[in-house]
Amino acid sequence: MVKISFAGVWVHDQDEALAFYTEKLGWELRADVTLPELGGYRWLTVGPPDQPDVSLLLNAIPEPPVIDAATSDQIRSLMAKGWAGNVLLTTDDAQASYEELTARGIEFTESPEERPYGIDCAFRDPSGNQFRLTQVSEAAVA
Amino acid sequence: MVDACYAQPLTVDDLARAAGLSRAHFSREFRRVFGESPHAYLLTRRLERAAALLRATDRPVVEICFAVGLRSVGSFTTSFTRAYGVTPTAYRASFPPASHYALIPSCVLRAHGRPQHRTFREDDGTSRS
Repeated sequence: MVKISFAGVWVHDQDEALAFYTEKLGWELRADVTLPELGGYRWLTVGPPDQPDVSLLLNAIPEPPVIDAATSDQIRSLMAKGWAGNVLLTTDDAQASYEELTARGIEFTESPEERPYGIDCAFRDPSGNQFRLTQVSEAAVA
Repeated sequence: MVDACYAQPLTVDDLARAAGLSRAHFSREFRRVFGESPHAYLLTRRLERAAALLRATDRPVVEICFAVGLRSVGSFTTSFTRAYGVTPTAYRASFPPASHYALIPSCVLRAHGRPQHRTFREDDGTSRS
């Protein structure tokens, strides 16, 4: 069985991202290791407390000589436009999660709405990554 | 609630209030159902998280103590040592460094392992042709 263990998003500032994912979204820090031998590369992962086998990798945008400057700029440009990646999350209760996360300071780009597959809403992280939070309807799961 | 909020400065009073029970009644019922007091459960959960962070991060012990919702490094060290038989620092030292566990993929290692100082003349556009 092939499963997802890590998926990554680009972030502008790893400390800012870590604070967002742990303090606002309520996830836990999984790994935080800085490797001097890799030019200070920082492996930073977080994940939902009740989903220990899936982690989100918070990757700093590489700079030269890791990748060329034009590619770094392209990544930043895509992030600014919200096209650098999507993460889809699920919840048992979209309205309750929306209210709880809003109270913790997460700014939603879409409030909960009925869709054919359930009720969903959307927010962006501080780096502009798009997150969709869905309460999947029973009919859509079946 | 304990599993989701252990990192906050939760107390047994907070848990009892959330359950809508008096502290004494809550503690008694909790112990009846889960076999240990809510305080012990909360502390165990925090120490497990601390142990995971000692293995998987290179953060200082003090930071890990605060990250799991404990406020005193002294009592953290004492409780940790009671639970694991060694101090947090000795526990960490008994494992390979966190970087050995990090599942850093080979493509990242290759990209970030590139020489940081390039001396080829063609890089600065001054190659002699």
